[in-house]
Amino acid sequence: MNKRIVWVVWPCLALLAACGERQQTISQDARADTAAFKGTGMPYAAPGWKQGDKGSWEQQLKVRTQMGQNDYNKVQ
Amino acid sequence: MARMKFVCDSERCIECNSCVTACKNEHEVPWGVNRRRVVTLNDGVPGERSVSVACMHCSDAPCMAVCPVNCFYRTDEGVVLHDKDVCIGCGYCSYACPFGAPQFPAAGTFGVRGKMDKCTFCAGGPEANGSQAEFDKYGRNRLAEGKLPACAEMCSTKALLAGDGDVVADIFRNRVVKRGKGAEAWGWGTAYGSKQAGQPAGGKS
Repeated sequence: MNKRIVWVVWPCLALLAACGERQQTISQDARADTAAFKGTGMPYAAPGWKQGDKGSWEQQLKVRTQMGQNDYNKVQ
Repeated sequence: MARMKFVCDSERCIECNSCVTACKNEHEVPWGVNRRRVVTLNDGVPGERSVSVACMHCSDAPCMAVCPVNCFYRTDEGVVLHDKDVCIGCGYCSYACPFGAPQFPAAGTFGVRGKMDKCTFCAGGPEANGSQAEFDKYGRNRLAEGKLPACAEMCSTKALLAGDGDVVADIFRNRVVKRGKGAEAWGWGTAYGSKQAGQPAGGKS
């Protein structure tokens, strides 16, 4: 008798549990982002700087801006 | 501390749309969404000017001010980004932006407006740097690869400058001094100046 109750009650409880509603919350505010100087951790990055070193990243961008976009540097 | 800024030199822009193409290709931007576009003023009239326009990553961004769910955030480098998991696609940012930067994909049923998409200064989003999830939602994160925005790097005449504000301002100033004209940096005052868009002229801010 007890065994029968277990075999009937437990599946019912399991079925009811499936009806449980998942918590729905509106996510508030944007998540924190990883700083760009930390890099991607992958080798597909521009050479000449160390991923994770903020100083070298800033220097890399400054040099790249001057070398790539200041065409007076190329003709002088 | 680097402060990332865009400036378009209208004396040099030839409306080739290479910036638009580079952006589309780099981030695999869907059809109907234009993160960057070239606007021509006085088209066909002698003296016409073309300007490449996208999100300018304003110092006091109006989109951030009006967003009802605070999906925008600004990085330490001054790049204005947003979290697509928080965006509800209401479109308020689109009305507030003086540059028409926010774009909305309309691929859903009955043209339902999706989550906002805009220029990220090639800095991705809140997902892990360089991850597939970041690429799928925001495109490539070139800044984390030590590169500059693809639009500026692919500009055929180097009209579009992107990078640290001090450096690009220095390059632009040097050009203006050498050619002796064309000092108008379109959108610079609106995006980074003390006089922000929407403020009354001469009034207290």
